Amino acid sequence: MNKTDTVFCHKPADCIQEAFKDGKAFIPFITCGDPDLETTEKIVRSMAENGADLIELGIPFSDPTAEGPVIQEASLRALKSGATTDKIFDMVKRLRKNLFTPMVFMTYANVIFSYGADKFIGTCAKIGINGLILPDLPFEEKEEFDDICQKYGVALISLIAPTSQNRIAMIAGKAQGFVYIVSSLGVTGVRNEINTDIASLVKLVRENTQVPCAVGFGISTPMQAAKMAAISDGAIVGSAIVKLIAQYGRDAAEPVGQYVKEMKEAVLQT
Amino acid sequence: MSNSKGRFGVHGGQYIPETLMNAVIELEEAYNHYKDDPAFNRELTDLYNEYAGRPSRLYYAEKMTRDLGGAKIYLKREDLNHTGSHKINNVLGQALLAKKMGKTRLIAETGAGQHGVATATAAALLGMECVVFMGEEDTRRQALNVYRMRLLGSEVISVKTGTATLKDAVSEAMREWTGRIDDTHYCLGSVMGPHPFPTIVRDFQAVISREIKQQLLEKEGRLPDVVMACVGGGSNAMGTFYHFIENKEVKLIGCEAAGRGIDTFETAATISTGRPGIFHGMKSYFCQNHYGQIAPVYSISAGLDYPGIGPEHAWLHDTGRAEYAAVTDEEAVNAFEYLSRTEGIIPAIESAHAISHAMKIAPAYSKDKIIVITISGRGDKDCAAIARYRGEDIYE
Repeated sequence: MNKTDTVFCHKPADCIQEAFKDGKAFIPFITCGDPDLETTEKIVRSMAENGADLIELGIPFSDPTAEGPVIQEASLRALKSGATTDKIFDMVKRLRKNLFTPMVFMTYANVIFSYGADKFIGTCAKIGINGLILPDLPFEEKEEFDDICQKYGVALISLIAPTSQNRIAMIAGKAQGFVYIVSSLGVTGVRNEINTDIASLVKLVRENTQVPCAVGFGISTPMQAAKMAAISDGAIVGSAIVKLIAQYGRDAAEPVGQYVKEMKEAVLQT
Repeated sequence: MSNSKGRFGVHGGQYIPETLMNAVIELEEAYNHYKDDPAFNRELTDLYNEYAGRPSRLYYAEKMTRDLGGAKIYLKREDLNHTGSHKINNVLGQALLAKKMGKTRLIAETGAGQHGVATATAAALLGMECVVFMGEEDTRRQALNVYRMRLLGSEVISVKTGTATLKDAVSEAMREWTGRIDDTHYCLGSVMGPHPFPTIVRDFQAVISREIKQQLLEKEGRLPDVVMACVGGGSNAMGTFYHFIENKEVKLIGCEAAGRGIDTFETAATISTGRPGIFHGMKSYFCQNHYGQIAPVYSISAGLDYPGIGPEHAWLHDTGRAEYAAVTDEEAVNAFEYLSRTEGIIPAIESAHAISHAMKIAPAYSKDKIIVITISGRGDKDCAAIARYRGEDIYE
């Protein structure tokens, strides 16, 4: 069993359920190291204090093919600032001394593969990372890391897209932690409107799994978040937060905290 | 039991966003349906022969042979194809397949511009919309090809992200496909990316080795001793190797771009300097740093300026069936000039990498041995850049 010193769950993956204890979760994303890791640490604390239920920590990748311009630029800024996988692990260790909010890494398969999957995922379990979201690891390639994730009890989170159709039962049937529902075609980024029939996607997912499902891609306003949370178990926001960080730089902890507070209130109103 | 498809040893696979999974599955099903369909193949062969000018010549380079004083050298003249390179072989196949699938729009990445021009050409011929993604740096290096694509009715999008070269053009084309799948086929230009692309592109390019085998049998009554080609993603090399893989006595050599040298950071020699990784939908060898960040590679040749290599090449390397040699900018430019003067053939700077390595190894072979080198494309597009490399200030 991989009980960690700081997160009191049977195994890291189980703690993700904590994020959905209010019924509706607000899940923010940030790119670690943008503008620097010291600021990231402050922002993570601020987000947790202001009601974030689960925090997605992006490990920057040089060529993030699933991201729109906002997160692409954040990734490059982070890499330029010198953020590395090892330094991000150290930051998580510092955070975990007194932060109990579930946290998952969002990154690309090569970051893990190149580090050595066993070493990477083993470290995640040890420092209190509860799961992994890998946009370039579809169901068919899950076995790349699945056994190792099982071994250390780290959730390998599944994504479902508007184009998943006949694949939903297969993917949801094996889902761990939570199901990440991609709201729209295309890459990450703020959208004015989300036209996908999310309610039908959620219904299909729920027919096949007990794990909660949260919606991401394109959400930026409290109204959008409320709408998505009303038909699912939570809302995920990335680019809108990363934009605030781009705007406020080292002083971003406070405005991001404010934003998270508003968004959390919005999802709870549903 | 493995779910993963399209493996070459440990390499290959489908490391792409869930959003694209049904698109590649649909493509695979369509390809499996049409690849043995006589009507489809008749139509494609007709396009190859009547439109693209196939079969391409297998030319005995007598002066080069005499000058190097070793093996007999044949050149497979893919530079003589319509649009000036081997890229048309793959593009006609994929465009026809896309059309059968009901797609009305093609998107493509391009490095040197040859694949972009070929895709724009096929789109014009088949009445399809076309958008080509090209790194900003490459639009400068290959300005003439940008104009050619626009002339053919395509939109060219200059990609400014990352290193603004081929890898960024691939990333941007993948992003575009993720956002628009219904009417759009991503016409990938090399034996790379997620399954089924490495297989589809190889099969369409395999016409090169099929013809070499037959043409050399007619001319010499036997198989070659060595076949060689340049390798970026590796499509002309895969096409050149494919029908010889089973003939173990035929040596297969891929020539990758060493840029300013494999002991520098300014290189694109993936097999020599890369290590296993996962990128652009596939597991293969990639130039990358300690933490798996993809390296900003460099080569004088925009077409070989890519940090990865197709998964089947990675497997041919692992098994030792093919060998891969690195050729520097300087060596390639020398070979570019050498072939121009010796045979009156101006090769693409990409192809010049293979010529250069042949110049190194041919003298050591006896005169009864045969080396076939694929000239993947013509060098007109490179003349201004090579002149600048030599210090002449000319612009096209």
